[in-house]
Amino acid sequence: MPRRTMIEAIRDAMDVSMERDNKVIVYGEDVGFFGGVFRATQGLQAKYGKSRCFDAPISESGIVGSAIGMAAYGLKPCVEVQFADYVYPAYDQIVSEAARLRYRSNGDFTCPIVVRMPTGGGIFGGQTHSQSPEALFTHVSGLKVIVPSNPHDAKGLLIAAIEDPDPVIFLEPKRLYNGPFDGHHDKPVTPWSKHELGEVADGHYTIPLGKAAIRRPGSAVTVLAYGTMVYVAQAAAEETDIDAEVIDLRTLLPLDLETIVASVKKTGRCVVVHEATLTSGFGAELVSLVQENCFYHLEAPVARVAGWDTPYPHAQEWDYFPGPARVGRALLETLEA
Amino acid sequence: MADAGMLRFHVPEPEVRPGGTPDFSNVTIPKAGSVPRPEIDVDPRTIRDMAFSIIRVLNRAGEAVGPWAGLLSDQELLEGLRHMITLRTFDSRMQMAQRQGKTSFYMQHLGEEAVSCAFRKALRPGDMNFPTYRQAGLLIADGYPMVSMMNQIYSNEADPLKGRQLPVMYSSKEHGFFSISGNLATQYIQAVGWAMASAISNDSRIAAAWIGDGSTAESDFHAALVFASTYKAPVVLNVVNNQWAISTFQGIARGGSGTFAARGLGFGIPSLRVDGNDYLAVHAVAKWAVERARANLGPTLVEYVTYRVGAHSTSDDPSAYRPKAESDAWPLGDPVIRLKNHLIHKGVWSEDRHTQAEAEILETVIAAQKEAEGHGTLHAGGKPSTRDMFEGVYAEMPPHLRRQRQQAGV
Repeated sequence: MPRRTMIEAIRDAMDVSMERDNKVIVYGEDVGFFGGVFRATQGLQAKYGKSRCFDAPISESGIVGSAIGMAAYGLKPCVEVQFADYVYPAYDQIVSEAARLRYRSNGDFTCPIVVRMPTGGGIFGGQTHSQSPEALFTHVSGLKVIVPSNPHDAKGLLIAAIEDPDPVIFLEPKRLYNGPFDGHHDKPVTPWSKHELGEVADGHYTIPLGKAAIRRPGSAVTVLAYGTMVYVAQAAAEETDIDAEVIDLRTLLPLDLETIVASVKKTGRCVVVHEATLTSGFGAELVSLVQENCFYHLEAPVARVAGWDTPYPHAQEWDYFPGPARVGRALLETLEA
Repeated sequence: MADAGMLRFHVPEPEVRPGGTPDFSNVTIPKAGSVPRPEIDVDPRTIRDMAFSIIRVLNRAGEAVGPWAGLLSDQELLEGLRHMITLRTFDSRMQMAQRQGKTSFYMQHLGEEAVSCAFRKALRPGDMNFPTYRQAGLLIADGYPMVSMMNQIYSNEADPLKGRQLPVMYSSKEHGFFSISGNLATQYIQAVGWAMASAISNDSRIAAAWIGDGSTAESDFHAALVFASTYKAPVVLNVVNNQWAISTFQGIARGGSGTFAARGLGFGIPSLRVDGNDYLAVHAVAKWAVERARANLGPTLVEYVTYRVGAHSTSDDPSAYRPKAESDAWPLGDPVIRLKNHLIHKGVWSEDRHTQAEAEILETVIAAQKEAEGHGTLHAGGKPSTRDMFEGVYAEMPPHLRRQRQQAGV
């Protein structure tokens, strides 16, 4: 099976979707002729023409707002916000409009859009190229929120997102674009060509939204993670030699509660890991759900390892980013509790 | 240049406040018929002055004059008059229904009836409006059932939106009326996106965006103009300047620019200004802009100069911020009376027939109201089910909502 980087897999997902359905339209800043600052849309304009893939003015609200209008017309826009850190000007359009259009019009109008955006840190991106704003979207009724962690999933989930009848926020951990990353910034990065999840089938396939994947089966403790933190958690388990079960949530909303509950009831312990800041982060929702659904099976308090409650710093990158050492410590503490 | 000393902060103020004598002497009103009518494929650079004038057709004597006159038959004008009276009657009944506690909220169109009623007649079926909460004339003039509008206002068991939306936030795809949102200006850029989609699809349908004077200050207004200009989207960008944004006079949103139409010029968008209380002028300008869009000539910005005669909403009391009789002094008069006088002048209408028409329309509106109230009002009679509250968040209900619906006991 061909191996692809995450960028190539994402590009392939758009290519396959545009080929199958001429209602799929791709645009955003630098997305057209240039092929995107991360090369995610390279070649699409040449292949499908400027009506299907084009450059947009630097206006996030304009990009998402026009996409909502296109979706109301009957097209399926898959638009890009250059960095998740720059989604805020479009927040009104996403929250007040895209998420509620079906509900408020009783299905008279719908909004099948995908908003792709590179997310996450670990790249010396500083304050405005590293944020993880997923909790700002999981709090919004009417949205679906996806964070893939590998090329195989990224393609299948993106095609599913484009085909989904509802608005989808598709957060792409840019740290994973070229290879998996376990937080060991001092070691050389392995490319996706050397990883089994870099195997990406040609043509059309989907991965259903709302389904988690168990990346590392275990019996001692459940780790709930997504995006880059999946690899950090796996590394932490190996390095501490703890039999942790690592669950890659893949879709945050709607959440695969069944898989989570089954795992925690089995292990009796749970650690939640994300890059985003701690307070009111998505981890709080996960802890709450685990507590509500697994209370009598829990042997220890549910722990959270997250970014500190500060803006994302530059020089202190590795003091901020929750690496394998911090996650490993939380695993040990949870086991000893 | 010499140092002027301390800086001083500038905050614009309306000419007159409550207790003062209304004064519109600063509003320049060109003579009816005085603004030329260019070809739709005119070079936009040659008509920049139109953004600073006002296109008018009906003069003081009720005659239709000038190059923008003569597009509508007597029959069409009589129908237009009927639509405006219907909207006004509908408004007064619903305003009263709110005062009687039959609904929580209402917003009138008083004085602005010509804008949406006449615009609708310039569109074709399939075109899409992205309205604000003050364009219900688009529905009335397109024959959308008044009973459905009232059912929505009453949030009753027949409410097409299942009680989920605040009153007057209608939605009808079939009638080219996009779902209204409470968030101002959001629909302006969406209209441009819809128009871009129509062009991408090589369709022949066009979009119409709507915004008030106050909301032009929102960033989505700017985004819409950029996108419309960049992609030459087939959209008519309407700005209804009714002088007031709740208590805030239009100078706060307009600042130092001469007019709202002038905003379009910086984007290279042909921009026209029209007498919003002149049914004939509104229709003629709308038709010009719609034809331009349909001929793939790109967007047009139209500013409708009118006056918000009523309160902002049922929750507002304008006597706290503007003179009580200000609307009487408004130099562009009343759209219903002006069209009525024109039709009388033409000899196809009379005071008696007008009085009779008003009575007939009132009867129709009351009959619709009775029918709607038969389906319930906000606090009495039938209402949408609690199950409806959980439906439609997504195409398919996800597990967490199914659990919550169960918890709610439905």
